Amino acid sequence: MEEKLHTLVALVQDEPGVLTRIAGLFRRRGFNIESLSVGHCEQHRLSRMTIVVKGDDAEVDQVTRQLDKLINVVSVTDITRCDMVARELALIKVTATSEDRSEIMQMVDIYRAKIVDVAPDSVTVEITGGEDKIDSLLTLLRPFGITEMARTGRTALIRGAKSSINN
Amino acid sequence: MNRTGAQILCESLVREGVEVIFGISGGTVIPLYDAFSEYPQIRRVLVRHEQAAAHAAAGYARTKQKAGVCVATSGPGATNLVTGIADAYMDSTPMVVITGQVATSFIGKDAFQECDITGITLPIIKHNYLVHDVRDLARIVKEAFHIAQTGRPGPVLIDIPKSVQMAVTEFEYPDSVDLPGYKPTAEPDYSHVTCAAELLNRAERPVIMAGRGVIVSQAYEELRQLAEMYQAPVVHTMLGLGSFPPQHDLDLGMIGHHGTVAANKTVQAADLVLAVGTRFGDRATMRTRDFAPHAVVVHIDIDPAEIGKNVIPFASVVGDAKTVLNMLIPLVQPAVRPEWIQQIRTWRSTHPLVPCARTSKLSARTVIRNVCRSADSHTVIVTGVGQHQMFTAQEYMSPRTNGLISSGGLGTMGFELPAAIGAQLASPEDAVWVVAGDGGFQMTMQELSTVVQEGLSIKIAIISNGYLGMVRQWQDLFQQRNYVDVALHAPDFVKLADAYGITAMRVETEEEIGPALRKANEHSGPFLIDFVVDAEENVYPMVAPGASLDCIIESPEKVAA
Ligand SMILES: Cc1ncc(C[n+]2csc(CCOP(=O)(O)OP(=O)(O)O)c2C)c(N)n1
Ligand SMILES: [Mg+2]
Repeated sequence: MEEKLHTLVALVQDEPGVLTRIAGLFRRRGFNIESLSVGHCEQHRLSRMTIVVKGDDAEVDQVTRQLDKLINVVSVTDITRCDMVARELALIKVTATSEDRSEIMQMVDIYRAKIVDVAPDSVTVEITGGEDKIDSLLTLLRPFGITEMARTGRTALIRGAKSSINN
Repeated sequence: MNRTGAQILCESLVREGVEVIFGISGGTVIPLYDAFSEYPQIRRVLVRHEQAAAHAAAGYARTKQKAGVCVATSGPGATNLVTGIADAYMDSTPMVVITGQVATSFIGKDAFQECDITGITLPIIKHNYLVHDVRDLARIVKEAFHIAQTGRPGPVLIDIPKSVQMAVTEFEYPDSVDLPGYKPTAEPDYSHVTCAAELLNRAERPVIMAGRGVIVSQAYEELRQLAEMYQAPVVHTMLGLGSFPPQHDLDLGMIGHHGTVAANKTVQAADLVLAVGTRFGDRATMRTRDFAPHAVVVHIDIDPAEIGKNVIPFASVVGDAKTVLNMLIPLVQPAVRPEWIQQIRTWRSTHPLVPCARTSKLSARTVIRNVCRSADSHTVIVTGVGQHQMFTAQEYMSPRTNGLISSGGLGTMGFELPAAIGAQLASPEDAVWVVAGDGGFQMTMQELSTVVQEGLSIKIAIISNGYLGMVRQWQDLFQQRNYVDVALHAPDFVKLADAYGITAMRVETEEEIGPALRKANEHSGPFLIDFVVDAEENVYPMVAPGASLDCIIESPEKVAA
C-alpha cells in the first residue's frame, strides 16, 4: 500500500507524562512522527495535538487505534481526507548583506511573510502557511544563506462548523 | 474522617473487594505495611522475590477473574516487578500494582532507592499513576481498579511516594469514575453482527478460533451453543484452552507452532474462520501471509486496535465476546455438515499425539498426559515455559473451564510456582498442579518457602530432562545439534523440597506415575514429584519458525501431508 503523510488530531488530557506516553507509543510500535505540535485548546484541561505521521492507510489506522486506547487520549481522528486548514509557522534567519536585503524583502512580501528581526548582516523571517509554501520560500532564500531555522510542525483544523474531533 | 494516605489506600482496597495482596515491604512502603496491620480482612502474602508477587497476583487474577494486587517498595522492589507486569500486559491479566516511591520532595534527586517506575513500565502497562497529592489517592485507586478490570483487562500501577502515604486528608471513596478518554467496551454495531452472520451462513467449512477473550468474558456457554448449533469445530490459541470442553467431539485442541495436526489443517482448509477474543499472535498463526488461505476471516474482539493488526479480517465486530456471540447466535442458521465434520474427525484420529522418548527413560509427554488426565473439574494446572508447557497444552484434557494458567504472550520462565500460589489462594477448595521444567523452576523456586509459610497444598510435577529443553530442541532441529548452554545442573529437588519441609519423591518409571500422582493428591499438604525423563524427547507436531501452518513436522521422520 502507498505510504503518505497523514494528519491526526488528538485531544489529550493536560497531565504530566502525556507527551511521553504518546511519543513512547509511536516509538514502540515502530512509527515515525514527522511532526507534532501541541498546545491548549478551547476545552478546559485538554490540549490539542496535531501529529503528522507517514505510513500506508492500514498502518496509520493501527496507530490511531493504539493512540485512542491511551487513557489520557480523549479522542483522535485522522483528518487527512477532510477538507482542512493546515498551517505551520517557521522562523528563518537569513544572511542579508545590504545589497541582498531588498531582494529578500521582495520575496518576503510575495509570500506574505514578515521580517521580525533585523541585524546588520541578517534578517529573521516569519512565515505561516502550508508546508509547500514554506518549502518554496526556503528554496528561494537558501542561496542567500540560512543560518538558523525553526519550524513548528503542522497544526490543523477541519473547515466548516464541524469539530475536527468526533467525540 | 481524616486518614493517612496509607489508610486511604487500605480503605479503598477493602471497598474494591480485595482479599489478598502479594508483596514484600521496604523503606518506602513501611507506612503502608503499618496500615495493613489494621486491616486483617486483607490477607497479606509475603513472597521471597517481587517478581513472584506479580506472577502470584496474575495467577490469582486469572483464576478469580478479578484484579490481583501486588505491592513492592521503590527502586529494586519496583524493578523486580517489571517482568510480572510485562507478562500481565501481554496476557491481558487484570492487576493493580502498588509501589512505594521516595517522598515527593526527593523525586528527581536520585534519592536512595528512587527509580522512575512509571517511566519504566510505560510500554508494558495499561495505565499508571504517580500520586503527587494525597487528595487524589482515593480517586486514583478507584480508577486503577476500573481500568484494570474493564474492557480488555491489564495491569495498572500506582506509585505512591512515602510522603503521600503519611499525609492526612478526608477520606471519601468516589462511586464512579470520570475518564473521558477511556472507552473500554463498545456496544457491538448491529450491522457488523448481521454482516458476520451472513458470512457464517454462507460458509461450508467453518472453524471457530477461540482465544483468551472467551475466558475473560466467560462466554463458555455461548461458544458451545454456537459451535454445536452451527456445527463448527473449535480450535484454540494457547490462552484459549479452557474455553471449550477438550473432550467435545468438535474440539481440535491448540493451533499454531505446536498445534495439533487436526487443528492446523482445519484452519488451513476452512472457508471461514470465526476468531473470538484473540489477537492472532504469531505463535498461533505462524506465517500470517499464509494463515487460513481459503478462509474469510471474521474477527470478534473487545479491543478495536486488534482488528487488522496482525490478520486483516473480512468482517469484524468490536465488543465483548459474550455480548457479540449472544447477538450473533440468533442470526446464525443451524447447520449440518457431515462431510466437514467427518474430515476433521479423520484428521484428529489419524494424527494422534505420540510420546517419542529416545531412550528407555520416561517420556515427558507420558508423564504430563497422566497429570492432565488426572485433573478433574476441581483442578487448576499451572505451567512454566518450554517443552513441558507445550506438552501440557497439547495434552490438556480437563473438563474445567479456565483450568489452565500459562504465560503466553511473554513466555515467562519462572511463572509457574508463583502463579500457582495465586491460583491456590483464589480457589482454595481446588487442587492446583504445577507442571514445571527443571530450568524454569530454578528461576523462582525460592517461593517453595512461601508455599510452606502460607500453608498451601500445591502439587508440583517437575519435568527433569536436564536441559533447557525447548532451546535444546531448536538447536537440535535448526542448529545441527550444536548444543550451546542448554545442559543444566539442577539441585536434588527431593532434598530441596525436604529442606523446605515439603514432602517429595522421585519417579523414574511409568508404573510409578499413577501411584505417585494419587499419593500427591491424597497428601494433605504440598507435594513435589521430580519426574526424571528422557533428555532429548522433542515436542511434535511442530511448525518450523517462519513456516506456514500447514508445514507440519509430525515426528522426526514424518512431515504431515
Ligand atoms: C525468563 C526466560 N528466559 C529465557 C527464556 C527462553 N526459553 C524458552 S523455553 C526455555 C527452556 C526452558 O527449560 P525448562 O524450564 O527446563 O523447560 P523444558 O523446555 O526443558 O521443558 C528457555 C531458556 C524464557 N522463555 N524465559
Ligand atoms: Mg528442562
